[in-house]
Amino acid sequence: MPNSTNSFANWDTSPEREFMKLVICAGPPTCGKTTVLRQVTKRLLAKKLKVSFLKIDVQYADEDEIFQKEFSIPTRKVYSGELCPDHCTVMVLGDALQWAERSGADLLMVETAGLCLRCSPYVDGLLGLVVLEATSGMNLPRKIGPMLSLADVAVVTKIDLVSQAEREVFRARIQEAAPGTAIVESNALYGIGIEPLVRRIERAAEVEPPLFLRGNPPIGTCTICVGKKEIGWQSHFGVVRALENQNFYRGE
Amino acid sequence: MPNPHVLEQPIAAPTRKIHTITILGGHGKNRLPEPSRQVDLKMGDIVSVVGPTGCGKTTLINDIELYANGNTPTGRTVLINGDPLPEDYLSDPSSNPIALISQHTNFLSDLPVNVFLETHARIRGVASPVRAVEETVNFANQLTGEPIILENAMTELSGGQTRSLLIADAIVIGNSPIILLDEIENAGIHRTRALEMLKGYEKIFIFVTHDPRIALLSDYRIVMRDGAMQKLIVTRDEEKGVAQEIRKLDNLLLGLRQRIRIGEELDRAQLNQQLRELGYIA
Repeated sequence: MPNSTNSFANWDTSPEREFMKLVICAGPPTCGKTTVLRQVTKRLLAKKLKVSFLKIDVQYADEDEIFQKEFSIPTRKVYSGELCPDHCTVMVLGDALQWAERSGADLLMVETAGLCLRCSPYVDGLLGLVVLEATSGMNLPRKIGPMLSLADVAVVTKIDLVSQAEREVFRARIQEAAPGTAIVESNALYGIGIEPLVRRIERAAEVEPPLFLRGNPPIGTCTICVGKKEIGWQSHFGVVRALENQNFYRGE
Repeated sequence: MPNPHVLEQPIAAPTRKIHTITILGGHGKNRLPEPSRQVDLKMGDIVSVVGPTGCGKTTLINDIELYANGNTPTGRTVLINGDPLPEDYLSDPSSNPIALISQHTNFLSDLPVNVFLETHARIRGVASPVRAVEETVNFANQLTGEPIILENAMTELSGGQTRSLLIADAIVIGNSPIILLDEIENAGIHRTRALEMLKGYEKIFIFVTHDPRIALLSDYRIVMRDGAMQKLIVTRDEEKGVAQEIRKLDNLLLGLRQRIRIGEELDRAQLNQQLRELGYIA
């Protein structure tokens, strides 16, 4: 419902407005997200697209400075701090889109750390990328949940470091976990495999509020989140879990 | 039906049957055009790439593996059956006709050997995965001194076992028509046995090597210097004769190496005896 507190209150919806794309890129720490996005940005800028960059992380990030220095584009970063980073993304993304719009961007690129692997940061209808490194073990695709299964494209990095056989098994495991996700294999250091990704980004949908998170977040607020730190489920209520009895709800 | 896993569908379905690879020359480190402008490799060819360290041997096979299309630092172009490959063809590794076994290629999976190989065989749609695993491990075990134990984790394999299994997997399960091998002489495997076994398969083999025995067992060799392909030398009968002599010397050295490995001491009398048997001293 549009009202004055909606972060999109001032979003230009006139027919003559400039359109803007949003690309959200997630992936485990140090998997090569930044290297992939740098290669992508280099090519998008060469095609005369105006790119803005936002980094969302928990406690440390210098990617905004890297992008600012390398490409002289508008960049920002947000530390989620005590908030869960995906929660933080939902909170700040509306403002970030308006910031990017004001800075004249054709495309806002958001790099975010996927951490607890229960959420995914992607927005319904807009492009979501996940970056996975081929060296992280054959079971990674089975472990990271919606960050992979809800992504539009999975970019597999560091393919030069593993055997062909392992690349194939890794790929099959991604297909099994995310049947609808396209896969790009890349050696981003040398820019290999980046071109098809750039073409996919060029075809990506434009931002059109209202926007909704693609995945369902985990259930509710827990007693640990609000500051009750005592170990053992007996001290908590809401959705609690014992070692033997895997999942049950305990009221107050 | 479009495959959701491929970002862009290939315009034309790639031909699986490989007849030739063509390397069109780019430029060397001095930015001048490289002397060899075109090298054609035919199915069944065994080719070596030789030259001093840092001359661009590995870069050459990387260009081949990447199907360079003027888009690598060397400016080379690689054609398969006379045509460039569409880029997205490469996005599915199981349809990639080239297997590169580099000096850095490693197994990082901690799955047991049999589980991993069986998974690979299933992905490749091999009719009998269990038999394929057996054949692969048998192949690898002929290349390495220490037999591979099926229940061991891939990451526990030694350097020689890893290299052997990489080669065996590329040949038996991967069934890749083009195999690039970077300095297998450093890998702790039986080189001659490897070459003999490889010759039994109809493939294009490209060896980057410093080893005269491998170079002379090849049909021809590409000579590299300063990042450029200088010339192509076809192994003539004269050289094949020399290769026989190298084989004797090499076997002598391998024998000595083996004795040192098992903790023996060497002495001059024994060495002289061996040299006499070879006819090198009276």
